[in-house]
Amino acid sequence: MDEKLETVAENLIQRFAADKQVFKDELSLTIKPEQIVKVCLALRDEHNFEILTEQTAVDYWPEQTPRFHVIYRFRSLKHNLIIGLRVSLDGNFPKLPTIEEVYKNANWFERELWDMFGIQAEGHSDLRRIVLPHDWEGHPLRKDYPLGYEEVQYSFNFEEIDLRKPYAEE
Amino acid sequence: MGVEQKLGDFGVVTTTLEKAVNWSRTRAMWPMLFGLACCAIEMMSAQAANYDMSRFGMELMRASPRQSDLMIVAGRVTRKMSPVLRRLYDQMPDPKWVISMGDCASCGGIFNNYAIVQGVDEIVPVDVYVAGCPPRPEALIHGVVTLYEKVYGEKVKDWA
Amino acid sequence: MTEQTQFILTESSMDEIKHLVTDRAIRGETVLLNMGPQHPSTHGVLRLLLELDGEEVINCIPDVGFLHTGIEKNMEAKTYEKSITMTDRLDYLNNLGNNLTYCMAIEKLTGLDVPERAQAIRVIMAELQRIASHLIFLATTGLDVNATSVWMYCFREREMILDIFEMCSGQRMMTTFIRPGGLWRDVPVEFEEAVRKFIKIFPSRVDEYEALLTNNPVFLDRTVNMGVLTPEDALAWGVTGPMLRASGIDHDLRKSKPYSGYEQYEFDVPVRSEGDTFARYIVRIEEMRQATRIIEQALDHLPFGPVRSNNRKYVPPPRSELGISMEALIHHFKLWTEGYNVPKGSVFVSTESPRGELGVYLESDGGPKPYRVHWRTPSFTNLQVLPLLARNHLVADLVLLIGTVDIVLGDVDR
Repeated sequence: MDEKLETVAENLIQRFAADKQVFKDELSLTIKPEQIVKVCLALRDEHNFEILTEQTAVDYWPEQTPRFHVIYRFRSLKHNLIIGLRVSLDGNFPKLPTIEEVYKNANWFERELWDMFGIQAEGHSDLRRIVLPHDWEGHPLRKDYPLGYEEVQYSFNFEEIDLRKPYAEE
Repeated sequence: MGVEQKLGDFGVVTTTLEKAVNWSRTRAMWPMLFGLACCAIEMMSAQAANYDMSRFGMELMRASPRQSDLMIVAGRVTRKMSPVLRRLYDQMPDPKWVISMGDCASCGGIFNNYAIVQGVDEIVPVDVYVAGCPPRPEALIHGVVTLYEKVYGEKVKDWA
Repeated sequence: MTEQTQFILTESSMDEIKHLVTDRAIRGETVLLNMGPQHPSTHGVLRLLLELDGEEVINCIPDVGFLHTGIEKNMEAKTYEKSITMTDRLDYLNNLGNNLTYCMAIEKLTGLDVPERAQAIRVIMAELQRIASHLIFLATTGLDVNATSVWMYCFREREMILDIFEMCSGQRMMTTFIRPGGLWRDVPVEFEEAVRKFIKIFPSRVDEYEALLTNNPVFLDRTVNMGVLTPEDALAWGVTGPMLRASGIDHDLRKSKPYSGYEQYEFDVPVRSEGDTFARYIVRIEEMRQATRIIEQALDHLPFGPVRSNNRKYVPPPRSELGISMEALIHHFKLWTEGYNVPKGSVFVSTESPRGELGVYLESDGGPKPYRVHWRTPSFTNLQVLPLLARNHLVADLVLLIGTVDIVLGDVDR
């Protein structure tokens, strides 16, 4: 099905000035954040990509400057194709137009982006934290957020850690 | 229990009373359903026909904390879940015991990070820890039998 | 954190959820009920905020996150071989499937080859895991409609499968049996006999379950025309797996994008068109029968040969070689201390888990630890459909609907 994917990609590249990356027979297009809704509409209505499979982000701090790359992946059941999109965002609390109107399951994906990365979706109907408690501070999947590692208690430091550890009473 | 408060330490009478009460407490100890993650599946397997827990008195699992004696914390407890755990523990009437089943409940398991409470004994006092990831149903039954032995050793002075 | 602040309850205040409930709730006409994280029928720690008019559900808002383990961030801190053990615990009813997906992603990035015997055994393990997962679905569905004998029977069969897993790897559930390049080690001699014994008796057991439930008027009353999901809604909400196939759309990743040798085996994909709870139940029962078919074919054509790749840059050598070859010793040392470096790039690999499409997005920066792992889990996407299904149903039906979406909370919260 590679020819079909190539035609779809050529169509989108011409209309939206996208960059193309191919890695091990997976196709990915890099587009600008403002155009994301138009591209998604084109994918859904003209090229029959019915399902939004994945919407996630990668944090490249401190190596690269557009710090976040948001990654979308769409699946077409009719033609049996997968295509990916990449959008790069800068700054500490970037904003991104929401694609909830186009694909409904982006609702929870974008809530997770806000929760884990701090990327806000403009126009989202219900942007709250989803997997963390609602009063949590910080966005864990960023690279500058610590893992929260607790020191392991072996037999040589058993007593020191025992004193520091909070035990519950009745 | 008012009996031992009124009788005080009467020697042989209260020792036999201790034995009778402890024996009866272990014979029908109903656990509260607190299966959180993978250990819950092994807890369900322990309740099913192959490794039957109702041989040991745990005929059924009660969902309501008001009607249960034992809380088996099976699975990883996250920071979001810990207030719920404490609230349910407080709602259980005395006498109550806690078994921490699995590695994640005992010490945080393989997840040493921001989201998991490193050991459920930071939240509730634990009587028996059962190790394993997940512990086999036989290991859980061994933990339950160890708890029974602990209950047999309880004294009149510790109640009430 | 003081003792008091540690136990503040995480309830959203009325202002935060005002936009989610209707005006009738704010005026006090309808009841807001919390079906809390600890509940016998929610299949895990799922919290639902229900808005009820009498007993009828007007809206149901899921609140997830009570099992959020931070696996994605934790995997970034471990080397590739160590992070495979964490994948078992994601969807804890599909352990070998998670292992398989992650190992396929690593193999795609590194270009490792997988021998044919390993691929056939991977298929057998994945299908056995599918049967085990659907047995838990049946058991909990039976328990929800109060057919407790179904629960007991399903766990009896599941014990047979777990015995097979224990025979191969030593562990009943968290096996970590599938590694990049093939399997951890070859299956023992008794494996074939045990699996053949299982697939000989299993079809008759499935007939037993069907005899108890499929024509039962009480079960039919509770499941037919309940929670209907139209195909357009299913596609818009990105639902995959048996839920999609029960709504009429024939999409199975094992047929459309076959992996691990699935194209060699002949099997049908059950599709129904009604989209209600009963259709999903029938689809899963049929999938169990088809899984038995696949296992039988894989066992009959099981080739001989090695079970793990020979590429010593990624796969440690067997211990017998360490005494003879210096290179083997060096590879062993490097792989077990530092781990292997995976070339730079990003891949997306997905397989068909018993719940839907399970996908891994793996990005590597050339180092020994994954730079970013994202799990596209089926239950996270499928759970969004629950408010749509539950509208205008009773609370008792809601219990069955949660069971029919077949979520596993480890999948939803990761």
